[in-house]
Amino acid sequence: MTSLVYINGEHGLVKSAFEAVTYAKKLGGDVIVVSSGKSADLGKLGEYGATKVLVDSSLEKIDAQQVTRLVAAAAEQVGAEVIVFSHDLVAKAVAPRLSVRLKAGLVSGATSLPDTANGFSVKVNVFSGKAFGSVSVKTAKKIISLLPNSIQPELNGSACPVEEFAGHAGEASIKILEVKIPEGNIPLPEAELVVSAGRGLKGPENWGMVEDLAKALGAATACSRPVADIGWRPHHEHVGQTGVAIRPNLYIAAGISGAIQHLAGVNGSKVIVVINTDAEAPFFKAADYGVLGDAFEVLPKLTEAVKKFKASH
Amino acid sequence: MHNKNHKIILKSHGENSFLLLSLCLLLENVHKMKILVCISKSPDTTSKIAFTDGNTKFDENGVQYIVNPYDEWYALVRALEIKETSGGTVTIITVGTAADEAIIRKALAIGADDAVRIDAEPTDAYFTAGQIAKYAKDNSFDLILTGKETINYNGSQVGGMIAEDLDLPFVSLAVKMDVDGSTLKMEQEIVGGIQVVEANLPLVVSCAKGMAEQRIPNMRGIMAARTKPLTVIAATPEEAFTAYESYVLPEAKKACKMIDPNNMDELVELLHSEAKVI
Ligand SMILES: Cc1cc2nc3c(=O)[nH]c(=O)nc-3n(C[C@H](O)[C@H](O)[C@H](O)COP(=O)(O)OP(=O)(O)OC[C@H]3O[C@@H](n4cnc5c(N)ncnc54)[C@H](O)[C@@H]3O)c2cc1C
Repeated sequence: MTSLVYINGEHGLVKSAFEAVTYAKKLGGDVIVVSSGKSADLGKLGEYGATKVLVDSSLEKIDAQQVTRLVAAAAEQVGAEVIVFSHDLVAKAVAPRLSVRLKAGLVSGATSLPDTANGFSVKVNVFSGKAFGSVSVKTAKKIISLLPNSIQPELNGSACPVEEFAGHAGEASIKILEVKIPEGNIPLPEAELVVSAGRGLKGPENWGMVEDLAKALGAATACSRPVADIGWRPHHEHVGQTGVAIRPNLYIAAGISGAIQHLAGVNGSKVIVVINTDAEAPFFKAADYGVLGDAFEVLPKLTEAVKKFKASH
Repeated sequence: MHNKNHKIILKSHGENSFLLLSLCLLLENVHKMKILVCISKSPDTTSKIAFTDGNTKFDENGVQYIVNPYDEWYALVRALEIKETSGGTVTIITVGTAADEAIIRKALAIGADDAVRIDAEPTDAYFTAGQIAKYAKDNSFDLILTGKETINYNGSQVGGMIAEDLDLPFVSLAVKMDVDGSTLKMEQEIVGGIQVVEANLPLVVSCAKGMAEQRIPNMRGIMAARTKPLTVIAATPEEAFTAYESYVLPEAKKACKMIDPNNMDELVELLHSEAKVI
């Protein structure tokens, strides 16, 4: 069996790329990577199990239709049975297109390897993280878009050859005018540690405490929906059922009540710490560790404790 | 801005206003769009999530259905805003059974002009997108909008599939959309930041938070919705590629361990040695 992994190499290799290659390796058989652009050190993907990388380096600022044509051409060339994406913005545009083009069933947001005992079924989050579903794919070719942080990248081999590949991707119909990625930002969906705060923080001027803790831990910051709605924090930090769904190793929530819609987006977190003044806050029921106290006092103390710990480890 | 200008001119020129308005629209490169907004039902966000038939079916008992928030708050409202500034029409479409007419009326009450229901159980995204693409092909729209994802199946698949079926560009997860004639300038959420893109109509776009603000339908809208046209169309036979076989609920958390707020060293130690996350 051969699987094909699409890696967006335009902004360098990120952890989710290693996760996708590791996932494909665990499917068994050969793992071929297809990519575009010039920037990334694509041979490194061999260390996670890729046999070979096909790259069309002439393509830059590539749009979803071009990626679709590129991946379809590569899939045909290598005879791929399974195509793996990391479930990011590009995959959300390309994987559905490719599904129609190749008549291949698509599993979006997969969190497990396929169960092939009886057909081919993959576990996904449904109801915004309130449950898991098992999706069976009925087509011969299959596409899996893997949710970030669902699998640990595993080293498995050494750097692999990178070959030039003519993707015949055609012209772009979507023009990328600008890419704004704030310096030093840890992207929320990929973050392993997240510090989040809600209306209990009383105002945007108090977010220094949240940022200090995040910085001490090397964590990303997040917030509850009302906090983003009133403009205390940017929309992309809003987590929950109608915001970003995340599954970090550690989620620290200060001054968030734990409404059902908030929990939906974060209860895939491995460990949850809740800081709240109200012993009845529903979030404590979903927490592993609870601190009944004032975030204004607890957050600075926790930051100090983290700094002390980091200094001695 | 543009609106204000129109009003001033209209006031001072009386009967020539129609001509002038047309001229203004022409000069300012206003394109009257025919917009199709895809809506889906989803269980109310407070619904108890449970399963029946040996965990193979979602338990609809007592579940209230709503218009999927991304479709309603962002896709539909942005479409209405565009219509309000440049004219045109907003049609909503859903693939669903007669039971879904309540959510269709809700979307009409918010302000859509008319609605289409393709009469079928939406078995999977491929089937659903195929039905919508077929209708769109027969009725040529300038802009097709979907929500970012549904809050029940979270697939983010339908928009891209429609676009591929129609061979149109697809902009996923747009958080901002400005119209300049037949060109749209959009911002998309990318991992860790924002990307600014431009594309020409016709186009498919999926809409995320930031695009527009939720609107509450008023009494007039609700009354008007009752008589707005709703066309029911038979589905085209099409196979599904995928199926949900079974569901499980997450395991219940064990009891929360309470930590003394004055002993954060203990919390850090537990996160390190017990939870092993730092
Ligand atoms: C359709 C729909 C979708 C929604 N989607 C989302 C979503 O995606 N994400 C989301 O987050 N919400 C969502 N919501 C909103 C959700 O229902 C809650 O209203 C929201 O999560 C509450 O935010 P909060 O916890 O910050 O504020 P509140 O509920 O006001 O809670 C503030 C908390 O802070 C505590 N507190 C106060 N002062 C302090 C202090 N000094 N120290 C420590 N704790 C303190 C309080 O005890 C309280 O528990 C949605 C709602 C609907 C209807």
